[in-house]
Amino acid sequence: MSDTSPQNRARESHMLIVNGQSYAFDDASQANLLDLLRNRLGLMASRFGCGEGLCGACRVLVDGQPMPACDTPLWSIAGRAVTTVEGLGTAAQPHPIQTALIAEQAMQCGYCISGIIVSAAALLQKNADPDEAEVRAALDDNLCRCGAHNRIVRAVMRAAAAIRSANEMP
Amino acid sequence: MTNPPARSLPASLRATPMLNRWLGVSGEGHIVLTPGKVEIGQGILTVLVQLCADELDVNPHRVRLQPAGTEHSPNEGVTSGSLSVQDCGMSVRHVAAQTRQVFLAEAARQLGVSVDELSVEDGIICGPGNLSTSYWELAPQIDLARPVDPEVAPKAVESRRLTGRSLPRVDVAGKAFGTRPYIHDIVLPDMLHGRVLRAPRPGAKLAALGEFDCTGTRLVRDGSFVGVICESEAAADAALRRLEAAASWAGGYDMPDAHDLAGWLKRQPAETSLVAERNASDPEPLVSLRRSYFKPYLAHASIAPSCAIAQWSDETLHVISHTQGIFNLRSDLAIVFGTAEEKISVQHAESAGCYGHNGADDVALDAALLARAVPGNPVRVRWSRADELAASPLGAAMTIDVGAQVSAAGDIQYWHHEIWSNGYVARPGRGDTPALLAAFDLAQPFPLYIAQDPPLAGGGGAQRNAVPLYDFPSWRIVKHRLLTMPLRTSSIRALGAFGNIFAIESFLDELATELDQDPLALRLRYLADERARAVLQRVATMADWGKAAIPDGHGRGLAFARYKNSSAYCAVVAEVDVNEEPRARRLWIAVDVGETINPDGVINQIEGGAIQATSWSLKEQVAYDEEGVTSRSWESYPILRFSEVPAVSVEIIDRPELPAVGAGEAAQGPVAAALANAIYNALGVRVRKLPLTRDHIIEAME
Ligand code: FES
Ligand code: FES
Repeated sequence: MSDTSPQNRARESHMLIVNGQSYAFDDASQANLLDLLRNRLGLMASRFGCGEGLCGACRVLVDGQPMPACDTPLWSIAGRAVTTVEGLGTAAQPHPIQTALIAEQAMQCGYCISGIIVSAAALLQKNADPDEAEVRAALDDNLCRCGAHNRIVRAVMRAAAAIRSANEMP
Repeated sequence: MTNPPARSLPASLRATPMLNRWLGVSGEGHIVLTPGKVEIGQGILTVLVQLCADELDVNPHRVRLQPAGTEHSPNEGVTSGSLSVQDCGMSVRHVAAQTRQVFLAEAARQLGVSVDELSVEDGIICGPGNLSTSYWELAPQIDLARPVDPEVAPKAVESRRLTGRSLPRVDVAGKAFGTRPYIHDIVLPDMLHGRVLRAPRPGAKLAALGEFDCTGTRLVRDGSFVGVICESEAAADAALRRLEAAASWAGGYDMPDAHDLAGWLKRQPAETSLVAERNASDPEPLVSLRRSYFKPYLAHASIAPSCAIAQWSDETLHVISHTQGIFNLRSDLAIVFGTAEEKISVQHAESAGCYGHNGADDVALDAALLARAVPGNPVRVRWSRADELAASPLGAAMTIDVGAQVSAAGDIQYWHHEIWSNGYVARPGRGDTPALLAAFDLAQPFPLYIAQDPPLAGGGGAQRNAVPLYDFPSWRIVKHRLLTMPLRTSSIRALGAFGNIFAIESFLDELATELDQDPLALRLRYLADERARAVLQRVATMADWGKAAIPDGHGRGLAFARYKNSSAYCAVVAEVDVNEEPRARRLWIAVDVGETINPDGVINQIEGGAIQATSWSLKEQVAYDEEGVTSRSWESYPILRFSEVPAVSVEIIDRPELPAVGAGEAAQGPVAAALANAIYNALGVRVRKLPLTRDHIIEAME
């Protein structure tokens, strides 16, 4: 979708960028971001867990900050850039966190994992060399019921190391 | 090299002996497995791929799994009780072994050689010289509609190539990229969205429905069952909020005494049964020490709210569900709708981990009831977080008294164990009336299904693991199953084993203190079973038991159990920090699951179970008042967070020659007791009431 048409420019305040693409939404829309992602854009990686901002399953990045999509009305993020797990990496071009999660087999049911990838990506964005306590603190608002926590922490540390060594390459 | 003798066939295979109900070979180079057990995050699919590929000598990627469905899968009952590997896995091993034999016999015939001269490499069958054919070439000519032959033995231990190794799980990558669908992601043509309004208090009836704005909404009501159908999820959520405001409820069950639940359990009408006895005299021997332990109601608390899709067309019902028992759900739906089972199909789709009987089956009836109002349209229903925590069946609260008679010489002579609890099984498909929540609310209601307990030989319910594994000379184990059930209870991971092992292993620690013995030595003294001794000794080595320096404000505890007294052996050492609210710092765990098919899978299950059990033990209890369950969000039902999770190390004692058993529930009970024993070690305070919070520690000091 192009964001330069006159029509879209007129409604610029009701635009959103999702994984690099612009979307217009209705001014009167009461919808929240999770509903837009899952039900209108078909981006299913962001999960519904509680709808109350308390479990982290729906987390996405809004201008690089992790936010619960279930608790975020569209009007409150007009003009901002949203990144979902689909935007972070794919099987063809995985994000280092995804590669590390697979290497560590760091999940059981995996329902929590999208939100965790988002929180971890935000952490590694601002802290390339976190210690274990910092990783745990960054993931503390993501609930995992299967008890995959320690594997996930190992995976995030592994991803951080991979990113650092990739950056050190001449 | 000799093959092991053909063991008696696994239960699932005896029930469904035809090879083609389990497995198919395609001409395009695939093996298609159609198991009846389902993936619930435990990794069973990967284990099946390993077992199948190993017997057939094909690369694992050739094995495809078809989701379970009543139309094509063998009826394997419920995916529960850590039986997936034992039942389904071993069935697949036998079926694959036999399929290989059938194909080799045909290849030998066509190539004019003997079977002994053939070998298989990734499905290519090679004979002497350049002779060769393949499974894929032979597939169209071979009919697998034949019963399994119990005489065909699977490969000998030393020829297994893929089992015993940590193959990566088949579902993990798809989950990491967010592309592997859960049931919540399934979108069907013309699909509508439904929501159901639940009574705030169990058993309440819908007294009145005030003014309700029906714009864009289909209201469905049948007695006290009431719900809405809309075109979008957002509209359905909004309609549910309007419905909630319009509805008023009356009556409901009397809730248990919130201030003395342990005592309330003992005061209820109950069915008393003798679980087991050994050389117990009448009248009962006097016990020299008797203690009472308590476990509260627990929520399964799946991260995903339960969800289902239902569609009616021409009197037939199709349901997509994350139930643990597709056939069981089908039979209950047939009772509710007064229809033949053949008119209903249930297809499995994955959801988040359920850890037992959560709302999965209930929401399927919700969807079917709503969808009946819009024939032809699939209706997807997703519960709210509040309903997932409060309307799903709960793990039953238990009061457990344990006593012992100890001789002057310090020998345990008699052991007494007595349980007061609701039953632990109210799954669908077990009774003459349905066990599904909405069935109790219809205009023509079915009676509330009171949770039962299977006999011990079938795994037991509240009495699971109530019989000690220790060689005490005499004992008596008694159970009182409540006949009232104001809060609906059913299976939760480990069932009664969690509470019973907590009680037994705490009490043994108390005895060790009384007798001034080391807790490890006391246990070993009463354990002849070599596998039991081995896990205890291993965990003692891992944790440097009795020798390690323990920091101030920390304490260590030990516990052990063999799950169901017939399954996995598990010994745990826990270290807690009691400087503030008690925290688990470290868990050392040694486990023996017989043959280990996928070591990392076993470690993952044990570690996950141990962390969940830490959460149950330190933090969790369902809260309620006279008006029903009040723990309806993650704020009022907190679970363990990343920063609170202990370090966990797991070691496996592998026994490739012994039958493989499940690992999913083995750690639950031992972890609880090890934590309580560690708190005692740190503070000298015995906390007999779960969860092991600061409040309960203070209560125990008084
Ligand atoms: S679904 Fe958004 S935080 Fe739980
Ligand atoms: S892996 Fe199941 S909730 Fe985290």
